[in-house]
Amino acid sequence: MFEIKNLHVKINDTEILKGIDLTVNTGEVHAIMGPTGSGKSTLAKVIAGDPAYEVTEGGIFYEVNFKKVNILDLEPEERAREGIFLAFQYPVELPGVGMSSFLRSAFNAVCRHHGAEEMDPIDFDEYLRKKMKLLDMDEKFIGRPVNVDFSGGEKKRNEILQMAILNPRFSVLDETDSGLDVDSMRVVADGVNRLKSKNNATLVITHYQRLLNYIVPDFVHVLVDGRIVRSSGKELALEVEDKGYDGLIKK
Amino acid sequence: MHKPEETKILNEKTIEENILTSRDYKYGFYTDIETDRIPKGLGEETVHLICDKKKEPDWMREWRLKAYRHWKTMTEPHWPNFKYGPIDYQAVSYYSAPRKARGGPQSIDQVDPELRKAFEKLGIPLGEQKRLTGVAVDAVFDSVSVGTTHQTELAKHGVIFCSMTEAIRNHADLVRKYMGSVVPYTDNFFAALNAAVFSDGSFCYIPQGVKCPLELSTYFRINAAESGQFERTLIVAEEGSYVSYLEGCTAPMRDENQLHAAVVELVAMNDAQIKYSTVQNWYSGDTEGRGGIYNFVTKRGKCLGRRSKISWTQVEAGAAITWKYPSCILQGDESVGEFYSVALTNNRMQADTGTKMIHIGKKTSSTIISKGISTGESNNNYRGMVKILPSADGARNFSQCDSMLVGNKCSANTFPYIEVRNSTAVMEHEASTSKISAEQVFYLKSRGLDMEEAVSLIINGFCKEVFKELPMEFAVEAVRLLEMKLEGSVG
Repeated sequence: MFEIKNLHVKINDTEILKGIDLTVNTGEVHAIMGPTGSGKSTLAKVIAGDPAYEVTEGGIFYEVNFKKVNILDLEPEERAREGIFLAFQYPVELPGVGMSSFLRSAFNAVCRHHGAEEMDPIDFDEYLRKKMKLLDMDEKFIGRPVNVDFSGGEKKRNEILQMAILNPRFSVLDETDSGLDVDSMRVVADGVNRLKSKNNATLVITHYQRLLNYIVPDFVHVLVDGRIVRSSGKELALEVEDKGYDGLIKK
Repeated sequence: MHKPEETKILNEKTIEENILTSRDYKYGFYTDIETDRIPKGLGEETVHLICDKKKEPDWMREWRLKAYRHWKTMTEPHWPNFKYGPIDYQAVSYYSAPRKARGGPQSIDQVDPELRKAFEKLGIPLGEQKRLTGVAVDAVFDSVSVGTTHQTELAKHGVIFCSMTEAIRNHADLVRKYMGSVVPYTDNFFAALNAAVFSDGSFCYIPQGVKCPLELSTYFRINAAESGQFERTLIVAEEGSYVSYLEGCTAPMRDENQLHAAVVELVAMNDAQIKYSTVQNWYSGDTEGRGGIYNFVTKRGKCLGRRSKISWTQVEAGAAITWKYPSCILQGDESVGEFYSVALTNNRMQADTGTKMIHIGKKTSSTIISKGISTGESNNNYRGMVKILPSADGARNFSQCDSMLVGNKCSANTFPYIEVRNSTAVMEHEASTSKISAEQVFYLKSRGLDMEEAVSLIINGFCKEVFKELPMEFAVEAVRLLEMKLEGSVG
């Protein structure tokens, strides 16, 4: 359902991704691991369509209405409406923008795109509260502006809340574990696991192996200097933990 | 010499064209209607002519003449941060009224169907059947009020809500007592001009202890070319009363500038509350800065009584030039003044707006929340004064002035003036300038919102503290208005 072919990406004339190939099928969880500066976050942003990055070669193919589409031709909002979701590593603050109006706007944008009826504020409130419970989030979040004065853990939880609300087909979690204590990580991972189905797929980007104890991947890829240098099953994560990235590359 | 001239300027076809080109200003249409107008020019005879047309009593005529003579000694203020060519006060017709509205406002059901149609198109139905629920409307078309709704219902509560023309005729004692008591004709150049030639406006009187059962509102429409609109509004709230008043305004799209110089006076007695909200959407000119309304307005409220409260909320989104400082004189002890403002400028618009809070009474408090949004090549200024007089023991003020820039050709300035002459005063002032960041837009787009939705969400968040002060229907309209104005400004 999702396929990256020979993807080259640069920012400010520096090439970051140097030919990435990756295939993800529905129902699968893939993990991308790599050292700082290897291009993990760039890959996440390019999938979501961040205009700051320039794709110089290759394509990202995704199934839209049973047809393979190169999503590089789609605007970020079009990708989102087709079910591509990025949980940001550094979620942005939106001063004054209330959580519920933000979430409802996003949800209704997706509804509109699929020709479904928009949800009114009262029904949405009920829907939202259900999803918040799933992530063990306090109801007082509803009245707060998006990400403003949220702790690191609250921001990450908020990303997964958005994922739960938009119900995407292909989710990318960019370092969702960073800044989380063990308890929060368990809650977040539980949330992600509960959203997992045979109809969707997840790409987990992480520096450390520990998140993968909670969100167990089917495949692990190691990204170093803009290239995937190793791909294997979940045992590869343990090998990274054991040998470190340097040890793995030298082998 | 002064024969009323009839104007028939546009035919159906040009009206259609006008509507078509007014994509981003849906109120830009012109209503082809027979008018009774006086020739251009301004002199004592103009004042007499207006008085004659309105069959005004001598005291009114004398007051106007004094104002006119005083105006002649004054010069146009040039301290605002504006650039515009000279205004030719002789090139304006100071009275233009729909012919069929002659003889003053009639019963609302007798309003000329053409005028009724025009107001319906503006979203202000005047007919008995379709009236807005919960809102009484005074409809002002060019120089005159053409009708006021819900008058009988309001009268049951002792509330007077009528055109100024009617008030001068039927409630002379009240008008004489309060007109000019908050904004004297000597106050400033435009207030003096207004006092000399004002042609109508609204009058509201809320008796002691009455909570006005309806929202009162005036809708101001400029229609005629080469004319100006000079209206006066006076609201008096007696002890323990409450009123919420709304004001809306629009005008056709024209290449010439048109002058609008209004005066609004509010008086609040002991424990009275007046909430005054404006959504200003005058035509603001085209992308090159051609045309648009010059909006020079003096709005001031006097908190005369103890614990009285006056609250101004304004959304200024139109007009080529906006010069406006809705202010509060906090005379009664423990009285409260509030000013909530969103000023949006786009294209070549210029706004110099803010407030004055004059603390006289003890334990008076004021709050100022100003949000300026500049886009295009516009120029947006906040100018505000907080003055604490020696008598104002324990006065407090909180001011917050935030500016947001959209694009890189616009400008924003903040000019706060603070004058404290009592050491017990507590003053807080916060100011910020921000831009909509690419990161914010990308974040929202990655959640399925398009550019316009993203920007409007961010802007609405920015203006939230002001919008929540607006009555519900107005808040919805204000949000839509900003969305429309911002269309295409980010990309």
